[in-house]
Amino acid sequence: MNAITPIKPATTPKDWESDQEVRWCPGCGDYAILKAVQRVMPEIGADPAKTVFVSGIGCSSRFPYYMATYGFHTIHGRAPAFVTGIKLANPELDIWMVTGDGDGLSIGGNHSMHLLRRNLNCQIMLFNNEIYGLTKGQASPTSRIGTPSPSTPTGSVDRPASPCAFALGSGARFVARGYDTSKHLVSVLKAAHAHQGAAFIEIFQNCIVYNKDVFADFTEKAVADTHQLWLTEGAPMLFNKGTQGIALDAGQLTLKVVSVESGDWQAAGVIIHDVTNRSVAHMLVELPFGAFPMALGVIYDDPRPTYEAAVAASDAGARAGKSNNLAKLLAKGQTWNVGE
Amino acid sequence: MTTILDEADAGHAPGNVRETVPEAVVVRFAGDSGDGMQLTGGQFTLSTALAGNDLATFPDFPAEIRAPQGTLFGVSAFQINFGSTEITTAGDAPDVLVAMNPAALKTNVGALKPGGLIIADSGEFSKRNLDKAKYAANPLEDGSLAKWTLLAFDISALTVEAVKPFGLGNKDALRCKNMWTLGLALWMFERDRAPLIAWLKGKFAKNPVLADANIAALNAGHAYGETAEIGGQIKKLHLEPVPAAPGLYRTVNGAEAVSLGLVAGAQLAGLPIFFGGYPITPASAILHHLAKLKEFGVTTFQAEDEIAAICSAIGASWAGQLGVTSSSGPGIALKGEGIGLAVMTELPLVIINSQRGGPSTGLPTKTEQSDLYQAVYGRNGDTPLPVVAARSPSDAFECAIEAVRLAVQFMTPVMLLTDGYIANAAEPWLVPDPAGFAPFPVSFLAVANGADGKVLPYKRDARGVRPWIKPGTPGLMHRIGGIEKAIDSGDLDYSADVHQAQTDARKAKIDGIAAHVPAQAVSSGNTSGKLVVVGWGSTFGPIHQAVRRARAKGVDVAHIHVRHIWPLPANLGELLGGYNHILVPEMNTGQFKTVLRDQFLVDARPLNKVSGQPFTIAEIEAAIATFFDSIPGNEGGEVPADDTQLPTTKAANT
Repeated sequence: MNAITPIKPATTPKDWESDQEVRWCPGCGDYAILKAVQRVMPEIGADPAKTVFVSGIGCSSRFPYYMATYGFHTIHGRAPAFVTGIKLANPELDIWMVTGDGDGLSIGGNHSMHLLRRNLNCQIMLFNNEIYGLTKGQASPTSRIGTPSPSTPTGSVDRPASPCAFALGSGARFVARGYDTSKHLVSVLKAAHAHQGAAFIEIFQNCIVYNKDVFADFTEKAVADTHQLWLTEGAPMLFNKGTQGIALDAGQLTLKVVSVESGDWQAAGVIIHDVTNRSVAHMLVELPFGAFPMALGVIYDDPRPTYEAAVAASDAGARAGKSNNLAKLLAKGQTWNVGE
Repeated sequence: MTTILDEADAGHAPGNVRETVPEAVVVRFAGDSGDGMQLTGGQFTLSTALAGNDLATFPDFPAEIRAPQGTLFGVSAFQINFGSTEITTAGDAPDVLVAMNPAALKTNVGALKPGGLIIADSGEFSKRNLDKAKYAANPLEDGSLAKWTLLAFDISALTVEAVKPFGLGNKDALRCKNMWTLGLALWMFERDRAPLIAWLKGKFAKNPVLADANIAALNAGHAYGETAEIGGQIKKLHLEPVPAAPGLYRTVNGAEAVSLGLVAGAQLAGLPIFFGGYPITPASAILHHLAKLKEFGVTTFQAEDEIAAICSAIGASWAGQLGVTSSSGPGIALKGEGIGLAVMTELPLVIINSQRGGPSTGLPTKTEQSDLYQAVYGRNGDTPLPVVAARSPSDAFECAIEAVRLAVQFMTPVMLLTDGYIANAAEPWLVPDPAGFAPFPVSFLAVANGADGKVLPYKRDARGVRPWIKPGTPGLMHRIGGIEKAIDSGDLDYSADVHQAQTDARKAKIDGIAAHVPAQAVSSGNTSGKLVVVGWGSTFGPIHQAVRRARAKGVDVAHIHVRHIWPLPANLGELLGGYNHILVPEMNTGQFKTVLRDQFLVDARPLNKVSGQPFTIAEIEAAIATFFDSIPGNEGGEVPADDTQLPTTKAANT
């Protein structure tokens, strides 16, 4: 081989820990997510100097301080706009955005939408704990109806937003789900990183102070088999140790749960997960939990050209054959001479 | 100034008695917003510049794109002041009003100088249009315009006749009216039609019939003046070229000048530009200009809102480019939190505010200077930043370079104030030679600046400035954010003494800039005396002329025009102390006056106007006069304001 491959110094998760003291509440799900991300970095061969974590405001947004990379803790809801400016200024930077349900879907919902529709190449980790943590426990846009909180003492009445449905509706080309303590979170994050374009990951995160165990219905070990549907590209949508699966109800154009006898999922009509099927992705993110398991893993992954590449191509076209001679620019247009 | 009627016969015809040729003439074109008045004015401006006259313009258009035809609120006007002397304002009262319909006449005739000339298109004075303009009777016929000279003829019919050979529909034919009118104006002021014909050919290159029709209309208007049909009412007038510094000139408006200045500043700093913008009147033109200058290392990003516009620019600055954002007052308000973050993270950023009338949506297309408090103080916390204000379209070029210089040399956001008047108004500009600009190249931190290879992002130099560290640089990984930070390391630290120390450091850094900006000069007059008129921004023109006229009459008055609004130049306080009285004309309710009082404990007196229109020279002359008419120690004597100039709006000396 003639090509010389530079050998990257291998890193360990420890190398990605900054010298800052982590200040989340003991037992917070954020610790597990931080560990997962610090495990991801060596596995994807990331370069700390070219890795950037950008956040808004909230508990999750403290994340950049704990990574031994470049980091920018910005203002509430606006992280997507900073990410856009940073990436357009230097497309070589690998940007991870960290946000929450309040930061990303309430005050920053507009920016999230535009980041996704533009398809800027970055990873967007939305820590969903269905509550405002840092401001001490108010209901958030993902809080379920009836959530009691200091701002909703008799229970919230507004209907919650679905982060993944929002992302798909905004034009996202990669949508995935995981949860804080899941052993699969690393692989989900790696898949997000491998995706070229805006990769949206909803991470269910347990706020042990203000919304404790709100996801226990599917994250607890005892119910994991029956209430988690882990999606794998090319594999049938099976859960509950392969005894149940997801099939298409062709009459209603919806999904349905079917029983699988003796492992014969084909006979039961269980469908195969195709990460490029946008219609099924829409159905998966909207599955009502309870009647259905929680769809987890890579739900949708169908890349399109990235925003920064389109900008670079467009600008290159605009620049082609033109000089950057300032004197000529200043003297442009209809001019006249005044003699001595 | 004189009217051009009768007393000015251009002096060309042999045997004429000696005529008085005015040193300047003000012409206002007014019509329906669909009549092409801005285009007519723009082309007349160009022909004026080519004739070597100095000039200043004032486009005045409605907020609506196409307001209902013929209505009072749909009138669009373009005023140009040009002459054989230095021109610094768009002129007070027009000498000539071209009114393309009744609504244009009604909304503009009040400003016309007594005895001034009205050229009206009688073809548009139908019952229907008179009703829309709320005229009970036809003003062209009822004698109500007696104090002016009226020249009414059917421009519509004459235009249709002139373009008949080209087979246009009636609507398209009437669209050539503005060219017909322009042809007449070119005749009046002895202008060459050739550049305009060339321009029309270029503009309608894809539709030669339209080009020919417009040229025919232009020629017909010109010929109309040439023939005897107008009788003795209107005379040709030739204004001699202004003696100007030799060199290459072009016309430039403020939005262009800011864009060019940013490009120049970025080249001097050795940086690419990232411009994050969101459409807003009257600031959008800067986004439009820069979007066409990609070859100068410019990236433009039309963000989803004003907040994203500034946040993307801050992100780009952090990543090592020159972040720039631009808006007018309402948008700057939205950017406030982002500006605070740029102050806290000490990143360079240029923020341009093309001020318009406020509060709220206010007067989107009208000019005002009422965002000075917002620029200097308008953020949460103790959040100081430099503020630079442009005085004219061409000055905006230098101010933009200065804003870039301050931003990158002091790692700070800088606010550049222009206004709707500067943004839209055009003036001749002696094209500068970039070889004469002093470069201020930026250097990024390349190796760790602390002991044992530690990165200290907030380690300040002697001027209190922190290093600029580009993400992507090996070994310099660090985290920044909006939370208060420890000395040197920038780590999270909101302990009491740290916040005190960092607040003091941020303030000291900005205050210290006063030592790195030019000393305040006196624009005209002496460095001490009875009265000084202190201005900032686009009031330069009227103040300059008013002070010039007053001084010509022997009045002891000087003019100081402040570019560096914050921090104020180090010598300004001492300078102001040399005058007995200080007058501060502003297009707001007295904001800079308050800053001067606060900073120097001086008795600065306000002269305020918030009508959406610039000051007239006469208004400022009248205010100067009051200091010499009615106060103790009045050695200047009686100085009446120029009563040939009637203020069109009230300027209150409160």
